[in-house]
Amino acid sequence: MAKRIDVSGLNVYYGDFLAVEDVSMTIEPRAVTAFIGSSGCGKSTFLRTLNRMHEVAPNARVDGKVMLDDLDIYAPEVDPVAVRREIGMVFQQPNPFPTMSIYDNVIAGSKLNNQRMSKSNADDIVERALRDANLWDEVKDRLAKPGSGLSGGQQQRLCIARAVAVQPEVLLMDEPCSALDPISTLAIEDLIASLKENYTICIVTHNMQQAARVSDQTAFFNLAGTGQPGRLIEMGETNKIFTKPDKKETENYITGRFG
Amino acid sequence: MTTTTNKPSTGAPGDGPDIADRSLLTGSLPRYFAPALLAGVAAVVAGLLFVSGSFGLPLFAIGTVVAYTVLITLASARVENGRKAKDRLVTTVVYTCFGLAMVPLLSLLWTVLSMGIERLDGYFLSVSMSGVTPTMDAGGVYHAIVGTIAITLFASLISIPIGLMTAIYLVEYGRGRLKKAITFFVDVMTGIPSIVAGLFVVALWMMFFGPGNTNGAAGAVALSVLMIPVVVRSSEEMLQLVPTQLREASYALGVPKWLTIVKVVLPTAIAGITTGIMLAIARVIGETAPLVLTAGSSAVAINWDLFNGQMMSLPVFIYSQVRMGDAINYERAWAAALTLILIVMLLFFVARLVSRFFAPKLGR
Repeated sequence: MAKRIDVSGLNVYYGDFLAVEDVSMTIEPRAVTAFIGSSGCGKSTFLRTLNRMHEVAPNARVDGKVMLDDLDIYAPEVDPVAVRREIGMVFQQPNPFPTMSIYDNVIAGSKLNNQRMSKSNADDIVERALRDANLWDEVKDRLAKPGSGLSGGQQQRLCIARAVAVQPEVLLMDEPCSALDPISTLAIEDLIASLKENYTICIVTHNMQQAARVSDQTAFFNLAGTGQPGRLIEMGETNKIFTKPDKKETENYITGRFG
Repeated sequence: MTTTTNKPSTGAPGDGPDIADRSLLTGSLPRYFAPALLAGVAAVVAGLLFVSGSFGLPLFAIGTVVAYTVLITLASARVENGRKAKDRLVTTVVYTCFGLAMVPLLSLLWTVLSMGIERLDGYFLSVSMSGVTPTMDAGGVYHAIVGTIAITLFASLISIPIGLMTAIYLVEYGRGRLKKAITFFVDVMTGIPSIVAGLFVVALWMMFFGPGNTNGAAGAVALSVLMIPVVVRSSEEMLQLVPTQLREASYALGVPKWLTIVKVVLPTAIAGITTGIMLAIARVIGETAPLVLTAGSSAVAINWDLFNGQMMSLPVFIYSQVRMGDAINYERAWAAALTLILIVMLLFFVARLVSRFFAPKLGR
């Protein structure tokens, strides 16, 4: 498990509007890469191009290359649905399926795809995914209850369990803690730290302390100006970005002198 | 710190409300005041009307409501403050409007119940009008119930798949001109007078099967012309209520779009869709004009065959009985009207159960 992602010359469009311009970066396997930057600078948009979720929006398109190990996921013969099975995603708002129980939510990836599996096999997957997501002890006695009855932090961990249950190579997280309190945030950060042993993780965050705490690499995005596309300004070891960044813009943002 | 005596440091005197108005304390009418006032006003108005010898229920209701509205507003303005007085006034007006809206509904239900109950019994529900002369004290409505159920079921069978799939197309797939055109035509179809739908099917049947072919299927097709736009509209709204996040959550698990629609979007919206479909059925189950034209109005025997021979239905039965004009015919018509209302109520009851059964469970 865990694959490297190599992005080169990626432009992301909504219709004719260029949202993110010319991004090239390498996302290392078994490591956490954080994307930081001000609102609207394109980091979430960029994240969504990594598992071809971007094109779900009408008129959205992409040009450039995204290599998952040796495979260009934007090659014409690649099926976006298959890509999303390899590259899982966790969203900003916890979004468990309201019609399903906790148990069914965890195996939703197989269940929705009509894959048959034995009861014991499904039980194993559910337990392992919930343990991976640090949620097992809290929900093991009420697996048949609806997922929407959990607290916000638990719901988000349920969504993470759902994403890891399909055993993806890469896990993308779009501000997974922004709707959560500090305790739940801590639980999720611990979870990220343990998940990185097996997965390639990308996380978008507005919280710079969080980026500093959880990530190995940090990428800073910024707009070139109002109405201009977002750009990757600088990327490097988290430690370096937060202590002595190469670019003035990065330093301004990190130190709060932005604007 | 007291809030009533400290003058705010900002703001010149004379601009903004007076300091007395900014007090957090205000008088309030006791809780029993409003009902007590209403009872008092009602008693006084009734007394006055009796004394003047002109007591009548409508006059009494109007007098009471008007007097109560004026008095409660004045009392509130005096004891409480202006905002609360307005609140009391508007509350009274809203309740009055609600009451007004209920008057025709209750009156209608009561009339149908009292007129229809006389003849509504097991016999009436279980025999047809076969061999019954119009003035004979016999016969029932079974053939019309059969017709109504068969025609409505067949119409639903046509309309629900077409309507639901159109709604799915509009919400999940459609974009650009085609979507706009479909939305426009659905809107136009919503406004089609039912008699026109009937004429359309008469012409259609004439073209395909030649003259003189009135049967249940023609009626069902006419009803589905009326039903499809209602199903499309209500399902479309319900599907739009499903959060995009749920669709994205499903896509992110590598679930193809069609499975996402079938297994995530539809189950989430099913409760609302069921209600919408039931409303559409209720809309067409009472249609008369198109059925007179297409399914015929002279059938007297039980006919389950949609494709062969005329088929009676409850609304058409009511219509044809009323046209005959004898006392016994009116009795039959009222009893049939009551039957129809009971069937619709039963449908809504079932719909409630279904949507409760399917609704997303939010309990802990």
